[in-house]
Amino acid sequence: MATDRSYTKIQELTYELKVRDAMVGNVATVSPGQPIRDLRDLMRKRRISGAPVVENGRVVGVISIEDYIKCLAQGEMDVPVAERMTGRVETLYADEPLVHAVRKFDQYGFGRFPVVERDSRELVGIITKGNIIRCLLRKLEIEYREEEIHQYRASHIFEDIVADRTNLVLKYDIAGGDFDRAGESASRLKKALHRLGIEPGVLRRIAIAAFEAEMNVIVFTDGGQLAASVCSERVTVTATDSGPGIADIEQAMQPSFSTAPDWVRELGFGAGMGLCNIKNCTDAMNLASEVGRGTTLEAVVYLGRGKAGMEPEAADARA
Amino acid sequence: MTLEEIGQTIEAEVLTGQDRLRDEVAVGCAADLMSDVLAFARSDAILLTGLANRQVIYTADVAGISAVCIIRGKKPDQPTVELARQKGQVLMTTRLPMFVCCGRLFAKGLPGLGYLDISKGDGDR
Repeated sequence: MATDRSYTKIQELTYELKVRDAMVGNVATVSPGQPIRDLRDLMRKRRISGAPVVENGRVVGVISIEDYIKCLAQGEMDVPVAERMTGRVETLYADEPLVHAVRKFDQYGFGRFPVVERDSRELVGIITKGNIIRCLLRKLEIEYREEEIHQYRASHIFEDIVADRTNLVLKYDIAGGDFDRAGESASRLKKALHRLGIEPGVLRRIAIAAFEAEMNVIVFTDGGQLAASVCSERVTVTATDSGPGIADIEQAMQPSFSTAPDWVRELGFGAGMGLCNIKNCTDAMNLASEVGRGTTLEAVVYLGRGKAGMEPEAADARA
Repeated sequence: MTLEEIGQTIEAEVLTGQDRLRDEVAVGCAADLMSDVLAFARSDAILLTGLANRQVIYTADVAGISAVCIIRGKKPDQPTVELARQKGQVLMTTRLPMFVCCGRLFAKGLPGLGYLDISKGDGDR
């Protein structure tokens, strides 16, 4: 699949990049009246295999090393360039996407195209297949490095920031009853923690706990907050609300006990499994509630080892 | 089994993630209760569900599942499809009912999750 994806990336880049990005400027040119023999020094010194023929700033033809060789074989070194050049010139505009250049190379089989400005038709550069490949590789390398630096910065935050204790708190507001967006906060939290370099298995447990906690706040309260406190050894997920509160916590913790209204069940939740799920996928859970005042749920997941009471190896084997 | 084979087996229409149809899934997971999905599902599963709302996508995202098929001819609304695209998920729909989908996939060799006991924390993987 990796090859498929990079292929797509290249395609994307050929649309994003312009001919101007890949072309070589400061083009060596010849004038139509120059004798063919002048090409020898030009091609040798500039290490090129062809050059546009320019008259009054406009491209009137292209002369290549093949043309030179033919003249050499027939002893025509003093013939003017104009008589041996390819006269019908195909050019590219500097502001065209690179993909046009790629197609033109396929279509004509030429080794190079002069590049001109769209408005003035003035010659500004020349492009070969090699230029396109170099340009794409350069761009891919830059993007790869940026991604690497990006990843590095986020995942090494705890090592890079020097303090006796570092604690990063991510907070998400949850609107009560907003079922359309239910899950959004947990999903965003998961993405943020992934960027911080938290290992996928652990990340999943945290995200599931956060999702169920978010769901409870949305279903039962007028709104609240989801927070994740991250330090080097653990993540603590806290969901707080000022909602109605839970009268009997022990009962609420029973699997399948639910006070959820029917509309919640229709949406795939409210079967009384939420709190069980949170308890099962975290290492420690604490639920505190006061009727009429609100509820605070706290769940802890330790980083760098399996679920509490389970050997890390055993946890891995089940993954 | 690849997502493409799954799609053909249950006559599904692919709504998002067409470029990922060669990805493999190891097990099938059929549920309408999203809490069960969160409790038991594995990230190498395809989720078959009768629900067609955004919470299915959020649930799959949180559980690390990257392929979802909505069964029995239900059509997700545009924001749900858009969310699936955003989260990089393969989203399909089929007119076949759940039992038939599961039966066909099982017969083709796609296993289920096996016996799971929530009191033993089987969902924690």
